[in-house]
Order: sequence, then C-alpha cells, then structure tokens
Amino acid sequence: MMATSYSAKDEDGHITVSGPGAGTLRSKKPENTAFKQQRLPAWQPILTAGTVLPAFFIIGLIFIPIGIGLYVTSNNIKEFEIDYTGVDMSSPCFNCSQNYSWNSTRPCTCTIPFYLETPYESNVFMYYGLSNFYQNHRRYVKSRDDSQLNGDVGSLQKPSKECEPYAYHENRPVAPCGAIANSMFNDTLELFYNNPNGTKLQIPLTSTGIAWWTDKHVKFRNPGNDPNLTAAFQGTTKPVNWRRPVYELDSDPENNGFINEDFIVWMRTAALPTFRKLYRIIQKKNSMVPTLPRGNYTLEVVYNYPVRRFEGRKRVILSTISWMGGKNPFLGIAYMTVGSVCFLLGVVLLIIHHKYGNRNNSADISN
Amino acid sequence: MARQRGDAGTNAASKARRQRKKKAKENKTRTVHASIRHDPSKGEESPNRHYANNKIKTTKYTVLSFLPKNLFEQFHRFANVYFVFIALLNFVPVVNAFQPELALAPVVFILSVTAIKDLWEDYRRHRSDKEINHMDCLVYGRAEGRYVEKYWKEVRVGDFIKLRCNEILPADVLLLSSSDPDRLCHIETATLDGETNLKQRQVVRSFFELDCDFDPLKYNSVIECEKPNNDLNRFRGYIIHRSGRRDALYKENLLLRGCTIRNTEEAVGIVIYAGHETKAMLNNNGPRYKRSKLERQMNVDVFWCVIILLVMCLFAAVGHGLWMFQYGDKRPVFDVLGPDGTDLSPIMSAIYLFLTMIIVFQVLIPISLFVSIEIVKICQVYFIHQDMDLYDEETDSHLQCRALNITEDLGQMQYIFSDKTGTLTENKMVFRRCTVTGVEYSHDANARRLAMYQEIDSEEEECTSHGGTLPRRDSVTSHQSARVVLRSQSTKSHRRTGSRAEAKRASILSKHTAFSSPMEKDITPDPQLLDKVNECSSQMDFMRFHSQPMSQLPSDLSDTIDFFIALTICNTVVVSSPNQPRQKVRMRFELKSPVKTIEDFIKRFTPSRLTSGSNNSSSSSLITNRSSNKGCSSLLSSPSAESTLTKLDEEHPSGGLDHTFSPVPLCYDAKALTLEEGELRYEAESPDEAALVYAAKAYKCSLVGRLPDQVTVELPHLGKLNFELLHTLGFDSTRKRMSVVVRHPLTDQITVYTKGADSVIMDLIKPPDTGNSKGKRQKKNVYRTQNYLNQYAADGLRTLCIAKKILTKEEYACWLQRHLQAETSIQGREQLLFESALRLETNLQLLGATGIEDRLQDGVPETIASLRKAGLQIWVLTGDKQETAVNIAYACKLLDPEEEILTLNADSQEACALLLEESLHYIQAKFLCSSTEPATKALHTNLALFDIYSSSSSSSSSSSHTTPFTVHRLGLVIDGRTLAYALDKSLEDKFLAVARSCRSVLCCRSTPLQKSMVVKLVRNKLKVMTLAIGDGANDVSMIQVADVGVGISGQEGMQAVMASDFALPRFRYLHKLLLVHGHWCYSRLANMILYFFYKNAMFVALIFWYQFYCGFSGSAMIDQWYLIFFNLMFSAFPQLITGTLDKDVSAETLQHLPQLYVNGQNSEEYKPYMFWMNMIDAFYQSLICFFIPYFAYADSDVDLFTWGTPITTLALITILLHLGIETKTWTWMNWLSIGFSVALFFTVALCYNASCPTCYSPSNPYWTMQRLLQDPVFYLLCVVTPFSALLPRYFYRACQGTLFPSPVQVGRQFDKLPAETRRNILSLSRVKVGSPLSARPPFLSLTKPFTNDCNKKDQRSFQGSKTTQTKHGPVLQTEEETGRQSPTGTTVGEQGFLDRYTLVPTETDTLPYTKDAAPLSTEQHSPPTKGSECLRKTLELSSWNPSDSVQLSLPPDTDSHCVKYMRNSEEKLGSDHAFHQAHRTKAEDSLHTTL
Repeated sequence: MMATSYSAKDEDGHITVSGPGAGTLRSKKPENTAFKQQRLPAWQPILTAGTVLPAFFIIGLIFIPIGIGLYVTSNNIKEFEIDYTGVDMSSPCFNCSQNYSWNSTRPCTCTIPFYLETPYESNVFMYYGLSNFYQNHRRYVKSRDDSQLNGDVGSLQKPSKECEPYAYHENRPVAPCGAIANSMFNDTLELFYNNPNGTKLQIPLTSTGIAWWTDKHVKFRNPGNDPNLTAAFQGTTKPVNWRRPVYELDSDPENNGFINEDFIVWMRTAALPTFRKLYRIIQKKNSMVPTLPRGNYTLEVVYNYPVRRFEGRKRVILSTISWMGGKNPFLGIAYMTVGSVCFLLGVVLLIIHHKYGNRNNSADISN
Repeated sequence: MARQRGDAGTNAASKARRQRKKKAKENKTRTVHASIRHDPSKGEESPNRHYANNKIKTTKYTVLSFLPKNLFEQFHRFANVYFVFIALLNFVPVVNAFQPELALAPVVFILSVTAIKDLWEDYRRHRSDKEINHMDCLVYGRAEGRYVEKYWKEVRVGDFIKLRCNEILPADVLLLSSSDPDRLCHIETATLDGETNLKQRQVVRSFFELDCDFDPLKYNSVIECEKPNNDLNRFRGYIIHRSGRRDALYKENLLLRGCTIRNTEEAVGIVIYAGHETKAMLNNNGPRYKRSKLERQMNVDVFWCVIILLVMCLFAAVGHGLWMFQYGDKRPVFDVLGPDGTDLSPIMSAIYLFLTMIIVFQVLIPISLFVSIEIVKICQVYFIHQDMDLYDEETDSHLQCRALNITEDLGQMQYIFSDKTGTLTENKMVFRRCTVTGVEYSHDANARRLAMYQEIDSEEEECTSHGGTLPRRDSVTSHQSARVVLRSQSTKSHRRTGSRAEAKRASILSKHTAFSSPMEKDITPDPQLLDKVNECSSQMDFMRFHSQPMSQLPSDLSDTIDFFIALTICNTVVVSSPNQPRQKVRMRFELKSPVKTIEDFIKRFTPSRLTSGSNNSSSSSLITNRSSNKGCSSLLSSPSAESTLTKLDEEHPSGGLDHTFSPVPLCYDAKALTLEEGELRYEAESPDEAALVYAAKAYKCSLVGRLPDQVTVELPHLGKLNFELLHTLGFDSTRKRMSVVVRHPLTDQITVYTKGADSVIMDLIKPPDTGNSKGKRQKKNVYRTQNYLNQYAADGLRTLCIAKKILTKEEYACWLQRHLQAETSIQGREQLLFESALRLETNLQLLGATGIEDRLQDGVPETIASLRKAGLQIWVLTGDKQETAVNIAYACKLLDPEEEILTLNADSQEACALLLEESLHYIQAKFLCSSTEPATKALHTNLALFDIYSSSSSSSSSSSHTTPFTVHRLGLVIDGRTLAYALDKSLEDKFLAVARSCRSVLCCRSTPLQKSMVVKLVRNKLKVMTLAIGDGANDVSMIQVADVGVGISGQEGMQAVMASDFALPRFRYLHKLLLVHGHWCYSRLANMILYFFYKNAMFVALIFWYQFYCGFSGSAMIDQWYLIFFNLMFSAFPQLITGTLDKDVSAETLQHLPQLYVNGQNSEEYKPYMFWMNMIDAFYQSLICFFIPYFAYADSDVDLFTWGTPITTLALITILLHLGIETKTWTWMNWLSIGFSVALFFTVALCYNASCPTCYSPSNPYWTMQRLLQDPVFYLLCVVTPFSALLPRYFYRACQGTLFPSPVQVGRQFDKLPAETRRNILSLSRVKVGSPLSARPPFLSLTKPFTNDCNKKDQRSFQGSKTTQTKHGPVLQTEEETGRQSPTGTTVGEQGFLDRYTLVPTETDTLPYTKDAAPLSTEQHSPPTKGSECLRKTLELSSWNPSDSVQLSLPPDTDSHCVKYMRNSEEKLGSDHAFHQAHRTKAEDSLHTTL
C-alpha cells in the first residue's frame, strides 16, 4: 500500500556521503538486547491433547456446580404472569382492547382475577410486560432530547431535531418531545387481595425507587428551579398521545414532571421487542407476614394503551428477585451444558491422547 | 490501494523535467559560461542563473503543502476513499447511524497516522539533504582570487571547483585540469554503476597543453552541451574558445556527481550540471512499490468481505422492508415517521436502511487492517534491521530493507536466482596451487595461510562481539573534520593492513574497493618451487654473465622460469602505486594490440629505435599512441610490408644482447623508482589476472611496469628485464585464452605465451614427438598436468593452463602479415582475427597449470544446502564461463558429485530444440519409469504414512507426463547461447519443463538481459515466487524482475543495492533472512490478517443477529463509541504485539530444520479455505456471544445499552482469548497488551459512562457500566460465554496438535526439547544427510518409537522395503555406501540413540515437490564402465563429475542432427527404451569418430 523506505538516506542516492565515511562513524552494530534480538523470555504453550486435557476437566468441574447453583437460585424465584391484552373474546379486557385509539377520552377498565398458589415472601416487583413492541427500533431509540429531559430550558422551548416529528405540536414545543415519550405506557394497574373473608384489600404499590438512582437524580431534571411545574413547563404542550401534560403525571412533586419514575422507566428503551418494565414495588411490611399471601387477587386495569395494532401483548408480572435478578434458568442451564460438554471433550481428548499422543509427538522425547 | 509511487527521486526528477521543459522552449542545449566572469556585485547577472543550483531537495512536502498534498496522496488509496465516503454518508440524516462527528474519528485517525509517518520520513529525507547540502568543496571565488571552501549547495553551474584525491564530486563537472602528467583523472564510479575499477577521465582536449596550474581567470570559453539527462554513458557538447575554435566534449571529459576522485592529487573542473540536474540524481529512482503475495491474497478476501457486507446489508434491507410491510397501514407507534412527519414506504425505508447498514457494518471491511499491517511491517523491518546475525562486522553494515511492504514474501520464496561472482563468491581470486612441468606444488603453506585468514576473521568476530564495538572515531561535528577523517581513512586503507577484516573494513569505510586485500596478495610460496626458481634464475644469471646461450638450460628449469614469466606478462595488468597519483601510462585499449601497423613493427625492430626509442617512450608514448598514429607513421617512410620483413631479417641480429639487457627503462621517473616493491599495486581487468601476477611476485618474479609496447619484469638475480611486447591477443570467450607475443630478452626469441582454459589449451598442445626422451617427458608432463587439472577442478578451483611457443622470426613475420591483413579487413574481421589467433596459438608447449580459488563466501555451501532443504530451487545465473561456473557450483554444493548433470550446449535453434526434447525424454524415461517400479511403490506407501508434503506432492506428482514437475537429482548446465535459443517463445515451455525437473540449474555466460528473462519466464509461467540475488550492475534487471530482489552490498558498489528490496552484506545472511525472518514475517502477518478478518466479522455479526430483534431497523445494541473504537483501541494492541513478536518456532530450530520453510511456500498459514473457516468460526462465536446474553436477559427489564455493553465486553474478551489461542509465544508484552486492552476498555467505558448524562445520544450510557459491574450476572456471562465460544477452536487445535500436527507444530515441539536432546537429534540428522535409503519421513521421524514393539514394527517395514530393493543391483551398493558413510566416531550410546530416533532428512525432504526423489538413490553409484576412461576427453563433464554424467551436446560443426547422447553408466538405462538405445548407439558412433 504505502511504498516507503525505512531508510530515507539510502533512497536518495547519496550513499557516498551518507555512508559510514561521512560523519557517522558510530558502529551500526545492533544492540544485543533480548528485545531487539527477539529473544524475550516467553511461555510457549503447545496445544496438544495432552496439554489441554486438564483445562477441559477443570472447566467442566467448575462449571457444573456453578450451573446447578444458578439453576436452583433461579428456581427459587417466584413469578406470576397475567396477559391482559384481551385478544380472546373470553378475556375481561377484550372490549377495551377493541379500542385502537390513543385519544379515546373514555377510560376503559377491566378487572382480572387470579390466584397465587404460593405466598411471596420478600419484596414483590410488579412489572408490566410488552411483547412485539420494538422499543429498540433505530429511529425510535433516537427520538428523544436528553438535554430537554435534563431540565435545559433552552431545549425545553426548542427541542432537538432528533425529536422530529414529535418536537412541535401546534407550533408549540412538545415536552417531553420525541417518539419514546409520545408512546409512553399509560395503563394504570391496581392490585387487590381478595381476602378469604370476602373483603377486597388494595395492595399498596410503591411507585418510587423503580428507576435507576442516577436517572432520577442526574439524568432527568425538571426545567428551571421553579417548584411550580406548571410554570416551569409554560409554553410547552403535551405529547400528542398523552392524556395529561407532563407536570400532572403525579401529585407528588418529587415524582412529577420529568422526574416521574414511570416516565423515566419508560424512557429507558428496552433491548428486545419482548420486554418488561418495572411498574411498582410491593414492599414487604414485616418479616412475619408474606408480602403476597397465597390466595385470590384481582388486577384492575385502566386500559389505555393500544397494542393490537402491532399484534402486541400486554402482561403484568409479579416476581420476587434474587441476587441474580429475576427468574431466568438459562444461565444455570448454560453453565451446566458448557461444563458437561467440556468434560465430555476432555474425555475425548483423553482417548485421543492415549491412542495417538505418542505417535509422532516428540514432546515425549523430553519425558 | 495502489499508492502512487511518487517520492523523492521521481519527484525531483519530475521537477527537473519540468524545469527542463521550461527551458526547452528557449533552446535545445545548455550553454555554460564561467560564472566568475560575471560579477554579481556589479549587477551583472550570471547567464547560468536559470540552471538548477547544487542544492538538492528530495523532500516531498513543505510546511504549507504538507496537509493538502499528503491528503491528496492518501486519497489515492481506495480504502481511504471508501472510509471517507462512509463517514460522509453519516452526515445524511436519513441514513445516518452514528453521530456524524464520531464516525469521522477512525478515518481521521487512520489518515493522521499515515500522515505522521509520511512526515517523519520526509523529515529524515530533509535531514539527509541538509547533511549533503552542507558538505564542503573548494570553489574558486572571484573576490578572493583563490579556491575557497563552500558548501555543496552553494555550488553553481559555471563555478570552478578544485577536487582533491578521495574527494566526492559535488556536481557534474567538466574536467579542465589535472595534476596528472597525462592529464588524466581517475574516478571511482562505484556509487553510480557499481563498478569498482577506476575509470579514467581526460582533461578537455584544448586544455591539454596547459601547465598544471589552471587559472580560472584566464578561462574564457563557452560550453555548449546537451540538456541534463539520465544517461550515464553519454555526454555530448563542445567548447567554444575565444578564438572561435570548437572542441568536442565527450563523456570522458565529464566527472559525475557522487563519484570519488582517486589517484589524482588535484583536478579542476567547471560545473556543468548541478543539483537535481546531475546525472546521478536523474538516475536516482526511489524505492519501488511491490505488493506481496500475501497482500494479493488478502485483497481477494477483502473483496469477499465486501460481498459479505453487501449480502448482509441487502438481507437487512429486505428484512426491514418486509417488517414494514407486515404492519401495512397500521403504523405502530414505535415506527417513527420521517422528520417531516411523512410516512416512508417500505421500499424507500429499505433503500435507506441499506445505506445505514453499510455504515453500521463498515467495520467488516477492516479499516484498521491496512494501518495495522503497515505498523507490523515496520516493526518487522525494524527487527530485521536489529538482528545481530545479519550484521557484518567487517563492513559495519547490516541488512537494509529497502522495500517495506514485502517482508512476508521472504517467507514464501520458491525459486532463488543467484548471481555467482561476488554473490556466492567473494570475487577475490586467490592463487592456491600450481603445476609446473608436470610437478604439482601444493602450496600447503599457502593453504594454511588462507585458513588462517578465516580464523583471524572468526576470532576477530568473537573479540568484537565480546568487547563491544571497535574503537571508532567519535562522530564528527564539523564537515571539515569529517572530510579529513574520510581522507585519512582512505589512505590508510591503501596500506597494508593487519588482517583481512581490518583491511576490508577500512576499504569499505573509504568506499574504495579497487585494490586487492592482503589475502589475495600475500601468497606464501611453495619452498620447493621457490628453490627451483632461484636455482633457475641464478643459473640464467650465470649464463648471461658468461654469455652462454640460454638454450643450454635444462628444459624443466627454463620452463619453470618461463611459467612465471608467462604469469607475469600474459595479462593486461597495470602497475600503479596506491597513494601517489598514477605516474605511468595506462592505456588499456592500446594494450589490446600494441603493434598497430606494420610500420610500427618495423620501427620497433629497427635497432635505432631499440636504443633510443625506448628511452623517450615514456614521455611520448601517450601522444604517439593515442593522439595520432598518423604523426608517428609520418615520421617514417612507409615501405611495403614485404620489404620490411626482409629488412627485419637482416637487421635483427645486430640488435645484440647488450641492449636487451639495458637496465630499467627510463620511463620510470625518480618517484616511481623510490617506491618500494611492496607498494606496487596491480590493477587488473579481472581479479584472477591480478591473482596470478601476485603469485608470480611471491616467487620474486614481479611485474614492475607495463607500457603499451613493453613489459618490465623483475626476476631474482637477473634484475629487471624488458620484454618487448609485440602483440597481445586479448582474451575472448570463444577462444577462452589470451596470448602475448614478446621478444624474450634473454633468449632473444620471439615467444608466445598463452594462458587459457584447460579445455582449450590442452587441445592446442603440440602432440609430443614420442620418439625421443624429451617428447616422452612432455607427454608425461601433459598427462600429469591433466590429472592435476582434474583434481583442481574437483576442488572447485579455477584452472588455467599456461603454455608457450617459440616462433622463428619467419614464422612470426608470416603470421603477422596475415594478422595485419585480418586486422585491416573490413568484412568478417572478427572471423579473420579469430582464425589468425588460431594460427598463432597452435602447437603450444605446456608449461604448467594454475589453480585459483575464487573464494566462496563464508557459509555459502551450508546456506545453499539449507535453502535447498527448505524446498527452494536454486538457479545460478552467471556471466562466467561454463567451467568456472560448474567448478563453483560444485564447490558451493549447488551441484552434487553424485547427481547427474545435463549439459545443454547448442549451436542453433534446431539443435537446441532437439537437445531439450532429448533431455525431456531422458528425464521421463529415467525417472518416471523408475518411479513405477514396485520397489519404489513400496517405498511410496511407506512414505505416504508420514508424508508431510503430501498435499503438495500429490498435486504435483500426479501431473501429466508432459510436464514432469517432480524434481530429480539432476543438474542442468546451460550456456548463454543455448539459453538464448531456449528462451525463444517456441522453446521456453520445453526448457522450463526440463529445468523445473532438475534440482539445480546453472546458466553460464548469460547476459543481464537473459538473467532477467529467465527470472521472468519462471515467474510468469510457473507462477512461483522468485527471489533474485546479485551484487553487480549486471544483476540489476534480474533483481528488478523478481518478486523479491536482494542486493549484496559491499563488493561491487551500490547499483544492485539500489535496485534491490533487501540489501545483504553477505550471501549467507540469506539463510537467516529467508528461513527465520521470512518465515516469521509470513506466519505473523498471515495469522494477523486472518485474525483481523475473524475479529471484524465476529464483531459485525453481533449486530447482524440483533437486526432480527429490532425489526431490521439498523439499530445497534453496541454503543457507537465502542463500535467505532473497538478496532482502533480496544482490540488493536494485542494483535499488533502478536503480529510483531509472535514466534511460532524459534530461530534456532528454523535454521536447523529448513524443512519448516515449506510452510510459507505452500502458503499453509493462510489458505483460501482458512478465510472461510475463520468466517464460520467468527459467525459461530458471535452467535454464542449474542445469544447467551440474549437468553440470559430475555424478557427482563434490561435496556438496550445495558444489554449491549455486556455483549461488547464478551466479544472483546472472546476476541482476546481467541488471539491467545493463536499466540504461540507469550512474552510479557503479550500479557501486558492483553491486560492493557481489557483495562483500557473498562477504563474508557467507566469514564465514558460517567462523563455526561445528556450527551452521546442516542445511547446515553450514563452509569451503565457502573451498574453492570455490580451485577453478578454480568460476571457470570463473562465467564461462560468466551469459554463456550472458543471451545470448538480450542478443541480443534488440541486435536490437530496431536492427531495431525503440521511440520511447524512439530518444530515447536522440537523447540521444547532440552538443548541436549535437540543437539543430538540435529547432529544425527547431519550425519545422516545424504543417506539415500530411508523409509522414514524427514524429521517427523524424530519421534521416538514409543515401545519396543513399535520400533520393531518400524524396523520391519524398513527391512521390507530394503529387501524389495535388493532385487536391483545398485541398491546393495548404496547401502554399503551408507554404511561406510556413517561416522565411525559415534559412541554406542549415540548409535543407540540413532536407532531410536532415526532422523532422516534425505533428499526427499529437500524436495518438497516430489516423492519420487527417494527411489533415485537406486540410480546412483553405478558401476563404472570400462569405457569411462576413454570417454574422458569427450565428456568434458567427467572432469567435474567423476561418477556419473550425461552430456547432451551437438557437435557445433556438423550439420547432421546427430545428437551425442552419452552416459558412462549405460547398463542402468536398461533396454526398455528403444529410441534411447538408438541414440546411444548413434552417440557411440560419433564418439568413435571423435576419438
């Protein structure tokens, strides 16, 4: 590619003068260093059946127990999932799901009963799950203005171009702008415990602490220092699909505006088209009573979010978590599989080593 | 990708061209006025001001032009344009994938790295320019009125400059004055044309008569000459004096820039061309651009990458279109509308997406690959430069890589084309031994002395290597002192120096190689012979004193003295003294035939001239001889030839003995006489002439002076004798001899001394008259001498025969008359002269023979043997005569005494065609048929078990019978003329077919053009990698044609080096350069390239899999920063370190087991399928790296980049571990680089993720990495994913290492053995080299048979093959032979060892193309036939090769297409080939007739 000469002198044809006779009488003898002579001390592994055998067995022996441990851990996690999309005629939300529109003012509510077979001991995390929702679409992911969300007043009034075509509505800047915000999940989910005695007990859902701490405190900020959010968002308009402006998302001023945690959670775009997002946390009250005892429950959904257009599904998931997160047996299985495969291959190598290892392997001479 | 090869040289040249073009409008010639005639202070403008001054500038850029120019040049590379295009594409909002500014980063990085490199190179050039521009020279200053020191750059056209001895010419100068009395100036042009002998330049004719001190102020002429051009051998112009007289100027008047003034105290000249317009600069082309084989292969795969990229993009685009289409009109909420709110149709978005995907997948085309390769190559070159083993202490030079980009080609060579003289040999002729009158003088002391030189050398090497560098002068600060040093050193070098090494070093330092080293000069005489010479000369002295006729001297004594006289005078050697400017006339062209006319002859034979003429000859000889023969002849009346001849007869007796004994001719002035004898220097046209003169000098028979018409010889007791030189018949290649006709001062006889190749001289010897005892003795003499000659030749000496003939005056006159006729004839003069010479050179009396050693360079045979073992075909292309070439070929083990030699000497196209046909038939008959014999089949099967070359041999040996590609134990010798026919279009295929099946090919008497044609033919037709190595200007074309050109620096100047890609100080360094560095460079680079493809494919595939989960929207889960810097930063260093430092096998093993070189020849490290295997592996690994995190995080609340970052990390770890598997040598640098890469990734990620909560849209990775590091799943993934990804490869490598290890892997295992075992195995291998019978494969069988059973089994198979072979007669013999060859000294233990690890590098392993070689052993050691004795003369080859030779030659004088086809071991051929039989009988017939 690049024709260049290492020694520029030589290429100029002045050997007569640039030769050793003219001024550079210092010997050109190369230094005898290990580096320059390429004799650096080195470890030279030779990959043969004999040498890699132990590695395979060791890996196998380490991985299989880890895998078992992970699998057990995962299995100890309790998880309950309800699909409330309302695709089936029989589904209580079927009627609500017929509404494809974002802007129907008439709230549609459906109630879904379910039964928990095991009590949930620790904190229970309540997720909503969406399927076939491509939150990772390239143009969708980009369609936000982080400066605006960070409380930058300038960006509030003049959203970034990335938000197009959800930057302005009726010539007023949209706050929060962009497609992500515009498509925010707006179902309301409420959970009731049907006491065996017939009373319906609403389970208190914590709506804070569901977003990353850094998001809530660093990335997302309300514009200005004005505690009055209505004033702060003066001159902006709500996203088209929203029912309420951003400053009315919650009554709690610490959870309103851009720092509303539901909003923050939504804004963290999911990696895969089937995803869940943390909706609420059911805090464990005391150590004696399970957070969610065994029994009948009712899920009340204010059905706003249309997913039928894109064959989407909506779910609610109740799950406990362990140190490794939610329920997922995959890692355990993976470890066990890889471990066993390693072990098997180790055996194969052992056979190979025994049969052929000495055939033309001069390494044996050293032994 | 081809980058324009614009550089300093061409740049400068084009500049000069431009300037010339500008001036061409003005006029067609250049007019040079003396610049001092114009005083700038008075406002007079010099008329020369338009011409370029002497300041040179080879730099490409200036401060201002650097950026635009460099960028412009870089955009000539296709890759750069591509990457810039992609970066710019990112600025288009519809398709952009990354932040546009960020996407520019890699391109900018790559461009700037290259720019910095270019800048650095340019700076170096600038510095060297500056150094040169600031050298000093003496320029006549008008104001000062004398010569003042000025910088070179201040020299202008028209300046007068004064040059002193050993100074370098700053510009092209017209010589106006010289301190030499003959108005000559000697220059050495080694730097220009590579010729080391001194060249004479003459002062311009019109300044001839001037005194020594040339006064520039009186100069008042104008020079008209041609425009600057690059033709070194042409200069035309004229000088116009004030008087209006015009004198022509020739190239003999011009001193060229860069040459060195020698042997001339002072010279003055006027600058004609300066700076870039000098011929030296115009000739200076910069380094060449070559693309290596590996790179060509790589480019194919880059092309495949492009295809893969396009397929992937297309797939994604179609996928996206379909994805869009399935939603139809129901636009989902996540499918964002265009910025203007419009709805994109699926087709449009597919098209946009296609472009976006190209941006996202751009990494697949490895942007950093090109830069990485360059960095690695530079490092490789650096290490090659630094290799101590490639450093030559004697010349203080090491290997130079002049072409940076073909280092890896060194590891893939298949054919080596080598020059002989100066490349294989030192080009130093050393007198070794001689035979005088049938008595051999072995010169043992001389041999010991020569051996001592070698010891001194090696000792010195040891000393210096222990004691560090030699004391050297400190670097000189001022230019003034630099020159002083230069001068003093060069004079020192001319004195006798202690050892060869020192002398050589000194001579190299002064860049002066015209004088012989002490090794060639100090010949230790054989005491016996010395006594004889002394006795002889004292007797002669006695006889002279007593006025007895010399004929009474015993004939052997007189022959002895004649022998030395012949050595002394039968040549064209010129005597000079080293430090003093030459005092004597040296006119070689005159020497060819001193007797120019019959009048001249008469003049010489007139007594008056003999008494008086010789006295003034010194002062007038030049003028009389050169300036005008007319003037001379006009002095004498010109009588007819007949009359003068009769006059001669009458007059001659009067010229008695007294005047022949006239003391030293007066031509030597006082200065010359005071010279010590030891200070005399002989300058010869060929080094062997000098060697003979030095040899004679050792016997006190020394040449003291040579004039055009006489030679002065000093003999012991006798003093200085004048030999009148009547005629010289110069050497020519057809006659292969030269003769001088002299009048012997002692006997007063006209004597012809002839020296020539033994083959011709022996034929010209007068058949001795067996009647008397003298004749008998002579016959014996001739017979003995021939025996000794054979012995010499077998020792690889260059043999020459010395003969004499005494002519009567009548005979001479008669011959002379016809000779003069021949000389003057116009038509067919060459032929007439040839015939005339033949008439003179007949019926000679043999005096003796000499053996001269053209010393092989150290280690040449070993190097050749090892290179051959490495599977390289070595062809020697030499301009030398056939005998010498064959001798040397034997000496350097190129030809093996055991192998047959085909000699092709043809006289016409048809003959050549026939010969080639014959040879082909012969080869086929002999080798192909023998290979079908059952015995060999048995051998084959046995071999096939272990056959490491099976891939190559199976493909080649199965080739059709028309092109036997197998290499046999055959040598091919072809001479230049036949070669010319063979290279004809119609015959070249046949020639190649013959040549390729021979193990070694020797082309003699080949011209530079033929050399390059041969290389081109082999390269183009056989599609092989060729390397040409040479040292002289005649090798330049060959060096340029070959894939890799190697120049030998040192002996023959720089021409070859300038044209070469690599310059070596000695031939033997080729060994390490190819076997070690070539192998390393190749395997490193091949592995790195493969790794690069893998790495990029693996990384890109991750994103591709993701497209299935993001609606083919071109989204990437990997943060754009990681995506863009992954290649540039995170994964860059380890691969560079591995690419630079990885050693698959240690240097020692590579050198000891040259077989490993085959690895590179067969491109085993990087085969096309490997690319695909790597791609498949890459896709597998990326699948693992994608789907393990996918399932681990499936249906969770993970966000896009929190999921993508672990994938990036996993990919990085996997890629690094993959590199780890492929790394063979782990030094601390590898550990460091891998650790550094991982650390760098996490550091960058952490910093990046903590820096800005609102930037880097869309990923907005704030605190992602920090959170991940708290997540145990992340760590669990980091463990399991790389392991599972690399499992297959690791397993495969382990299995391969055990089940079917490549030779390289075996070599690596060999490396691991303890040193002791290794040494034993190697020593065994050396012992067993050449043992032809082996059922075992080469060096693979260094395996120990594991159990005794195994051993026995092996033995049995071995035995079996033996028994099958014993059916054939010769085999038994071979076995015995081997038995005898095995060393008796081996102890029992070693013997046992030998049994256990039979290491058998037989010929089979030297010939990778064939397995047929093994059975050839059956063909050897044939019983000698009875006829061989009498065949000796016709089979000239039998003298070289006692055992077995075949000569195919056409008698040059017969028209019949009778082919002589002879073998001295005929039984073997068998009767299966009738046509051969026929030919043989024919051959025998012709043989009988010749006898």
